[in-house]
Amino acid sequence: MLELDGLTKHFGGVRAVDKLSLSVKEGEIFGLIGPNGSGKSTTVNLICGVFPVTAGSIRFAGADITAAQPHQALAAGVVRTFQNIRLFSNLTVWQNLWVAQNGMESRKSENFLKRWLSGDAPARRSVEELLEFAGLIGRRDEYAGNLSFGEQRRLELGRALAAKPKMLLLDEPAAGMNLEEVGHLDQRLRKLVERGVTILLVEHVMELVMGVTDRIAVLNFGQKIAEGTPAEIQNDKAVQEAYLGGSSGS
Amino acid sequence: MDFYFGLLQIIGVHTILGLSAYIVLLTGQVTIAQAGFFAIGAYIAGMLTVLAGWHLVPAMLVAALVAGFVACLVGFPALRVKGLMLVVATTAFGEAVRLFWFNFDYQIAKGDVQVGPLGGEGFKQIRFFPENGWTTGDVALFIWFWVAVIMAGLWWMDRSRAGAVLRAVGEDELAAQSVGINLTAAKVSAFAVGGFIAGIGGAIYAHYTTHIEHANFGVILATFAIAYPILGGLSSVLGTLLAVIFIQGFLVEGLRFLGDWRNLLFGALIVLAMNVRPRGLIDERVLNTLRRTFSIGQGGGNA
Repeated sequence: MLELDGLTKHFGGVRAVDKLSLSVKEGEIFGLIGPNGSGKSTTVNLICGVFPVTAGSIRFAGADITAAQPHQALAAGVVRTFQNIRLFSNLTVWQNLWVAQNGMESRKSENFLKRWLSGDAPARRSVEELLEFAGLIGRRDEYAGNLSFGEQRRLELGRALAAKPKMLLLDEPAAGMNLEEVGHLDQRLRKLVERGVTILLVEHVMELVMGVTDRIAVLNFGQKIAEGTPAEIQNDKAVQEAYLGGSSGS
Repeated sequence: MDFYFGLLQIIGVHTILGLSAYIVLLTGQVTIAQAGFFAIGAYIAGMLTVLAGWHLVPAMLVAALVAGFVACLVGFPALRVKGLMLVVATTAFGEAVRLFWFNFDYQIAKGDVQVGPLGGEGFKQIRFFPENGWTTGDVALFIWFWVAVIMAGLWWMDRSRAGAVLRAVGEDELAAQSVGINLTAAKVSAFAVGGFIAGIGGAIYAHYTTHIEHANFGVILATFAIAYPILGGLSSVLGTLLAVIFIQGFLVEGLRFLGDWRNLLFGALIVLAMNVRPRGLIDERVLNTLRRTFSIGQGGGNA
């Protein structure tokens, strides 16, 4: 579904991502791990078009999205969340979900002006569903900035789903969560896969990664050093070296 | 009575100017270009009524369209710069517009007098209102009609999805992009609408003062343009109106008896107001109280 081929990004002289090739199949949860600074977040930013690519290509569902702007990548079906929560804190919970209604269905179903000004009826229904999914129905008119940490994480996931993505790029969704919350997240991710969403999971919390993913790729200094099932990765020499021998792995 | 009508006119025109900056500020862009769009509206509308003999309303709309178009052109390069850099860029644009009119001559003979803009001497004799026998009361009514139209339009926009989209862009551009908002479209349209509104304000201003010159449209005016919505708060267009009344009505006119001390107190009071109400005179809390009082219903579910 998602194919990276020789993906490279240089920042000045730094090779943040170096000839990265990998392929994520439809319906799987694919883990992307690696020590700090190994290029995981940069990869996410490249896929959704925040940074221009230095070399290589990104194909998604058969289409070339290498040069896509973020809103174009989203239109193709790729949506991301952020490592640090980035909600619109002075908008209400309801509005946060409302402005995110930019998915393909609403693009087709109503004319541009109406969608721009009021959003369409399916979009409003979708907001209600997402409120329920995120467990925030009672908090709909609260400003997002006033929510608790856990609620904000749920809202961010809900907001990412608002565009009806085919693929979610989750950048450290478990950061700052306790084990119980990680367990809830695990279940929620599995539920998403049942709904037909493919997930690329960038994560440091190994309990989550090893438990929930189908396959894992390991990055170090921008290069892929291993790929395989969680069991294979745990026994991989190169991976152990990168984490134990590296300066700041977790 | 004329004094009060005059005051109403000033407050009206400055409200329009403030509202033109309001919509741009919603997207998180601090613009010093509004005085430039205001000047474009003023000169073009003036030329259309004086030199071409048009009625004010079509002249005003054409002038506003030109100002909006120029704002669109400014909006595209402005996408690439943010924060202080945008302040510098838009200041430069505003000054460029001012200096353009400083050097612009286009006069024709009307009867035995020359009319039209004349560089540093300005554009005199924009006498649409006196020639058509409008009283100051009529003019004030005309101005406030447009203030009401623009305020109602922006109020409605604010409660629509477009308003939420602009605010989302203003809060966090990266997050806005990643939920599929087209940043270019949002920012440039805010600039264009802001330019259009400033153009209307400028056109009205030119006709009620009857004499404009480049010095009217300097950085001071541009600073006022963004000071109103910032002081009033970006929660609602009502804040901008309240801030204009506070500054033009209370600080400029109300404190006139203080003589030279007025200017000093003027600045101090604005600083004080911003300290007491950091999110503006009308913030979300006040707005929610107002909503409950008039039970319009909360912004979300039924907007």
